[in-house]
Amino acid sequence: MQIENIKNWLKINLFSSWYYSLISIIIIYYFLLIFPKFLDWAVFNATFIGNEKSDCKSSGACWVFIKVWFNKLIYGFYPEKDLWRINLSFFILIFTISLSFFIKDKFKIYILFFLILIFPIIAFVLIKGGFGLEYIETREWGGLSLTFILTFFGIIFAFPLGILLALGRRSELFFIRYFSLLFIEFWRGIPLITVIFAAAIMFPIFLPQGLNVDKLLRVAVGIAIFESAYIAEVVRGGLQSLPKGQYEAAKSLGMGYWKMNFLVILPQAIKAVIPGITNTFIALFKDTPLIILVGLLELLGMVNLAKSNSYWLGLAVEGYLFVGIIFWFFSFILSRYSQNLEKKFSSERY
Amino acid sequence: MFSSNFKNNLKKNLEFFNLLPQLVLIFILIFLIYSFIINTEINLKSRNLNFGFDFLNTNTGFDVQFSLISYDGSSSFLRVYFVGLLNTLLVAIFGIFFATILGFVIGVSRLSSNWIINKLSLVYVEIFRNVPLILQILFFYFVVIRSFPNPEKSFIILNFFIANLQGIYIPKFLFVNFSSILFALLISLIGIIILKRYANKIFYDKGKIIPVIKISLFFTSVILILFSLIGQVSFTIEFPKIVKNFGIINYVGGVKLVPEFIALLFSLSLYTSAFIAENVRAGILSINKGQKEASRSLGLNDSQTLKLIIIPQALRVIIPPTTNQYLNLTKNSSLATTIGYPDLAAVFAGTALSQTGKAIEIIFIVMMTYLTISLLISFILNLYNKKIAIIER
Repeated sequence: MQIENIKNWLKINLFSSWYYSLISIIIIYYFLLIFPKFLDWAVFNATFIGNEKSDCKSSGACWVFIKVWFNKLIYGFYPEKDLWRINLSFFILIFTISLSFFIKDKFKIYILFFLILIFPIIAFVLIKGGFGLEYIETREWGGLSLTFILTFFGIIFAFPLGILLALGRRSELFFIRYFSLLFIEFWRGIPLITVIFAAAIMFPIFLPQGLNVDKLLRVAVGIAIFESAYIAEVVRGGLQSLPKGQYEAAKSLGMGYWKMNFLVILPQAIKAVIPGITNTFIALFKDTPLIILVGLLELLGMVNLAKSNSYWLGLAVEGYLFVGIIFWFFSFILSRYSQNLEKKFSSERY
Repeated sequence: MFSSNFKNNLKKNLEFFNLLPQLVLIFILIFLIYSFIINTEINLKSRNLNFGFDFLNTNTGFDVQFSLISYDGSSSFLRVYFVGLLNTLLVAIFGIFFATILGFVIGVSRLSSNWIINKLSLVYVEIFRNVPLILQILFFYFVVIRSFPNPEKSFIILNFFIANLQGIYIPKFLFVNFSSILFALLISLIGIIILKRYANKIFYDKGKIIPVIKISLFFTSVILILFSLIGQVSFTIEFPKIVKNFGIINYVGGVKLVPEFIALLFSLSLYTSAFIAENVRAGILSINKGQKEASRSLGLNDSQTLKLIIIPQALRVIIPPTTNQYLNLTKNSSLATTIGYPDLAAVFAGTALSQTGKAIEIIFIVMMTYLTISLLISFILNLYNKKIAIIER
């Protein structure tokens, strides 16, 4: 019975016709050819133990490279004795996010407020310094933690700005409408690289003499504004998908513009476009490595630096694979999570 | 009530509580722009720089390793701008071409009834979508291309395709009297358009189907042969040749694709194709099963169903998001900077900027160029989109 089932499954799914059979066999052949070799390289023949490049004597991957550089890849050049400050900030973040899965829905709003308004200040003080903590220059930040800092900063900055722009683009006040429209189309029409170049090289010329805005901050704001234009378009899609009756109902209840939008329209509109918003955030996350072009080193930048270190030459594959897996993991989890949310919300719409 | 919409709108705009935020926004904008201009003047003066586009006519003094038009160190900055622009367009056009083909193939395979093909394309999409493009470019350039063989042990397919560490060599086609071929193509294009119109008319009037594609292929080839004979067109193929210089083997002749171009093209196409594949899948899934059944019950065969019923409807869903992907690809081609492919961002916002220090002017030019390209592409595809959109009666 069991074997019969398997046979049936194989016949339907792999060998339903002669050309499908042929393709299946070719793919299986190549898979069996390549996959064991890859496993050999990545696991069985790889070196995990040791602290020097000379410890990698086998033909497999040299994971010692990642091990030795691990702290640098995660924290950049952040002083070793102060690493607890970054760790604590991320612990608070993860703790609050995971807390939100266990508490009742009506308290979730407080968690959101904490994450958007209070947590950034705590994290900033912890990581940057102040209130008795030693100041640490932003050029010492780096690695995966910088990737997360940029992404988080981008999200809390771009999301509200994007919503305002989306509302502005649909506003009846024509100066605000055309300003939003031009703003959105401008930022969507140029590549992020030019934004980063402009923030790093051109923007200081616009500032009064003596006023120095940190390069990381300039670039982070540039990235956030860039992404806000994309958020605005996604949110606009959600606004457009709402039936007119929702606006009319809110107005007939005597609600003003802001009350109507924040209590009735936006909650529904945003729920409708959660996948789009998450995709934008994933794009933001994947775009952060671009700051390497102006000399800021997040995860990919650190790997690039490590692999061109004369002592560790020739280990690009291991480094890039490590970075790739990390980026892939977070992007994949986020996109899956958003798909789940979409399924959950699609049942309770309107 | 509806006729006075505009008046109402204007009146609304002039009400105090509506006017106030607009005035505040205008005031902030004017203040920002004014202070930027003042600061820029002061800053430029203190650095002994001046604002202006005169530098475009001066000599660059640096070399570019890959250019479609003739260029050397004595050319002007304007020329280097065009070099960069053409390189950007080159990689964008080829990238769009390959990404579309790959995207459609993968998108259709995502719906295959064959389990292996189905899952393999799923893995493909999830891998290429979720890894940063810049990482893929670096991986292609520093890992994949570096593992190409040395020139001595080049990977060769019959002189047509030679790949080694220094790039990929393909034959170059050299035409004599190329203009008559262009002329022939133009004439056949006009002919095809007329034929298509005529075929449509016959189809609507009498219900007859004229095999437009077969006729126009035949027509085009006849005209091409005719014109080639009359215009004495001849062409030669220049194959890449081995040259030994002091014991070092090199290939010359033909078209040389530099490693930077290959790495950029490959990674752009693969990355974008994963997104296009998802669009294609969504497009095909959006078509009701009833459409296919209705078409079959009307007596259309499988290929007619696909060609006349499924694809036209699926395209409506596929094209708008795919346009966005084309735009993204074009903008993403600026990542060339990371591996040194001399595109607009790399050669103009990179090298030229550091040579001249004209940050404002150069970044302004580059931004405006990308903006123009983006708006052009979205304008053209919007027109096409309008043409195929559902006409509601």
